[in-house]
Amino acid sequence: MAGGGDTGGAGRIASENTPGTWAPLRGWLLAPSWLVIGVFLLAPVGMMLVYSFLTKEFRGGVIWELSLAAYDQFIFDRGLFGDEPPQLEWTYITIFGRSIAQAAAATVLCFLIGFPTAFFIATRPVHTRSAWLFLVTVPYWVNLLIRTVSMKFLIRDNGPLNEFLLWTGAISEPLALVNTNLAVQLGLFYSYLPFMVLPIYASVERYDFTLSEAAADLYADRWTTLRLVLIPAVIPGIVAGCILVFVPSLGAFLAPDLLGGAKNFMIGSLIEEQFKGNAGNWPFGAAASMILLSMVLVALLYYARQQIRGERAG
Amino acid sequence: MVGAAPVRHKSTGAHPGAEVTAGHDVRRYPGFLPVTILCLIVLYAPLIVVMVYSFNDSPSITIWGGFSLRWYEDVFFGLEAGKFKDAAWNSLSIAAMAATASTVIATSAAVGMVRGGAFRGKSASFALLSLPIMVPEIVTAVATLIFFSAIGFTLGFASILVAHVVFCIPFAYLPISARLQGIEGVYEEAARDLYASRAEAFRHVLLPLMAPGILSGFLLAFIISLDDFIITNFVKGAGVETLPTAIFGAVKQGIKPNIMALSTLMLAVSVVFVTVSWLVGRSGTKPGG
Repeated sequence: MAGGGDTGGAGRIASENTPGTWAPLRGWLLAPSWLVIGVFLLAPVGMMLVYSFLTKEFRGGVIWELSLAAYDQFIFDRGLFGDEPPQLEWTYITIFGRSIAQAAAATVLCFLIGFPTAFFIATRPVHTRSAWLFLVTVPYWVNLLIRTVSMKFLIRDNGPLNEFLLWTGAISEPLALVNTNLAVQLGLFYSYLPFMVLPIYASVERYDFTLSEAAADLYADRWTTLRLVLIPAVIPGIVAGCILVFVPSLGAFLAPDLLGGAKNFMIGSLIEEQFKGNAGNWPFGAAASMILLSMVLVALLYYARQQIRGERAG
Repeated sequence: MVGAAPVRHKSTGAHPGAEVTAGHDVRRYPGFLPVTILCLIVLYAPLIVVMVYSFNDSPSITIWGGFSLRWYEDVFFGLEAGKFKDAAWNSLSIAAMAATASTVIATSAAVGMVRGGAFRGKSASFALLSLPIMVPEIVTAVATLIFFSAIGFTLGFASILVAHVVFCIPFAYLPISARLQGIEGVYEEAARDLYASRAEAFRHVLLPLMAPGILSGFLLAFIISLDDFIITNFVKGAGVETLPTAIFGAVKQGIKPNIMALSTLMLAVSVVFVTVSWLVGRSGTKPGG
């Protein structure tokens, strides 16, 4: 996904200098990937859509009877047996709202830290650049579960962070961070920060600094130059970074589950509970997944449009 | 800063006419270095803390009781050693098989996409290849579970393996196709002109040139498979555990020191893999540009 914009560009070059050497065998070469992804991902997503319109079987599974109950349940509470007058149900709307807010906050936080970092790395001498970049990417490849557990270990009530802050005298009582929205936020930020840095880095690296120099020659101070010249030029990278942070944050499971606890549920935990937990409502879980998937597709389409616009502009 | 006496700034020479500016280096912003350092601290502090505490002699996770390897011993020979060994074996064998299968599929797809000329449905093909990274993991997990249960496929080792092959494909595909795009078509054409069959041109010319990309694709797929928790958790069925699901189950009861030792070991494996992948990728991109 990070290479979306680049791949487009590279694809153009490839079509110029490489003829279709393998064109006659193209179908056979592509068939395995079509088959595997088609059968084991595309078809399952289609099946999930069907399941979201079926009737729930208690203790998991479905009854093959068409029903809109799963979607209805998001908005209305009709009592235990579904025969009471509908009342507006805020539980799930709140969970979705919280997920969007958390994902948006994580995106902003990642941008505030990620942009200066990406800029700094992109302006290093060429030979040290890849080492800096490597430092930023290594944590991404460490198991996400282990990273989230580590974060919990660090910020727990009598954990090293609190001990350090108590020792410096910055606080007089340990901060109760675990099981708060703030902890979830910290977890999301920590999980997806590299996703913000990499695409912005790629944009800034390609940026023509003579533009900034021209602005500086015309007596723009450095912050004006940044705001009016550099940022507009690297917008495609910023949009890519924001999408790459926002999308996985929206459906995150580990950070809200391990750091947030039951009070700070996000979509991911809500879905998981329908299949693994005690609730066991498969159509509802499928419907929640469909809603999440639609939200992600909207974000990705927006991203694709931005990329196309960016390619046309530059 | 505005209006300060013009000074020569350290231009990198990209633009000879721009030595004089309004008094600042346009590549330098005050505060960006501290933010970068903060960024690295945030990224590394939790990992380093867990690494350090995994060597703690004390059974308490709060009090430092001196350096010791007892928790590593506990991982390998303690009460839960059998559980961890089974989980590690499942994780590693699934990762090896899923990475191999997805690398083969991705290599074939990369040749078809990059060397297949222009064709209708190329962007649809690309969308399909990227689908596993576009769809949120939790949604893939739900869809796969529903699919397996609908067709009556027993959940266990095989269902985990199939799910892993699917989401590893794009991770293998990206470095392989990037590498292939950097290789000019003239090499295969020369081989074909000299009467090499298509298979020979592939085996003796294209494959060796693609090797660094294939290796880094394989390594990334391997790490991604080892890393996965959400999808595995959905499709594993009862009784089969991988390292992440075993760790998740264990930390539900609180973080214990042996889990920190196990985490440190996995962390080390990831770092070694990524470093190798990085070095291979770097050596691979140098000659070709």
